[in-house]
Amino acid sequence: MDKIVNNRIKLEFPSKGENVALARITIAALVSQQELTLNDLEEIKVAVSEAVSNAVIHGYRHQSDGLVTVIGILQGEKLIIEIIDEGVGIPDIEKAMEPAFSTDPERTGLGFVFMQSFMDEVKVESKVNKGTKVTLVKVLSNENKNIAVS
Amino acid sequence: MALILNSKKNTLIAHISGDFDLVKANQYREQIDRNLAETMSQNLLLDLAKTTFIDSSGLGVIMGRYRKVKANHGQMIIYGVSPRIRKIFELSGILSLMPVCSSEEAAWKILEENTRKEA
Repeated sequence: MDKIVNNRIKLEFPSKGENVALARITIAALVSQQELTLNDLEEIKVAVSEAVSNAVIHGYRHQSDGLVTVIGILQGEKLIIEIIDEGVGIPDIEKAMEPAFSTDPERTGLGFVFMQSFMDEVKVESKVNKGTKVTLVKVLSNENKNIAVS
Repeated sequence: MALILNSKKNTLIAHISGDFDLVKANQYREQIDRNLAETMSQNLLLDLAKTTFIDSSGLGVIMGRYRKVKANHGQMIIYGVSPRIRKIFELSGILSLMPVCSSEEAAWKILEENTRKEA
């Protein structure tokens, strides 16, 4: 029962912590249109959660009046997710992506580690005072498929 | 989705159900810290059996509480971890910091053994 789903969604929301769950659940609903493993579904949820949390915490420094855009594109078994903010930007992307680098002692600095572990590609584009765009790509595995029920 | 706290034997037990992400992290950090102080508990047991999701914000709270409990010469033990959450723990290095076990009973056993060793 192979189904090929091509679909696209765009979400825009204010940079509130509550919307991190909204984004991850919406993307989970989108990818669940395609057959995928529960494991892939969980990994995608964590990666989206990290990227959107970064936009809220770092991009907009916890100010809830910023705009976060999440675009999810499903091209058959390929999933592309873009998380875009118009916040402060990242001065040194390489440093920001280092494991255990965090500007806040109550945070782990593991956000990018999870994104990179769980997705096939992670691309970060950023300009100081303009904003940041994170692109996450994952090819959904078709082995050992346990169909996720959403 | 909630945090339920109770304390006994110098130990605060925090039961976390639902998603443990950015919003909950800020709430739970504050509640756990306040209760550790109010009950004057030295140790912290964290029950994640009903936790459905965790990301690095939740992990930040766990690591932050670990540092706090350690600084106060206490112990922190986590129990009820699903395979999904265990995978996140493996990646984060939490497993090398503190005991992670299956049940509350096992957690108490570890706590009591370690307390005896230290005595």
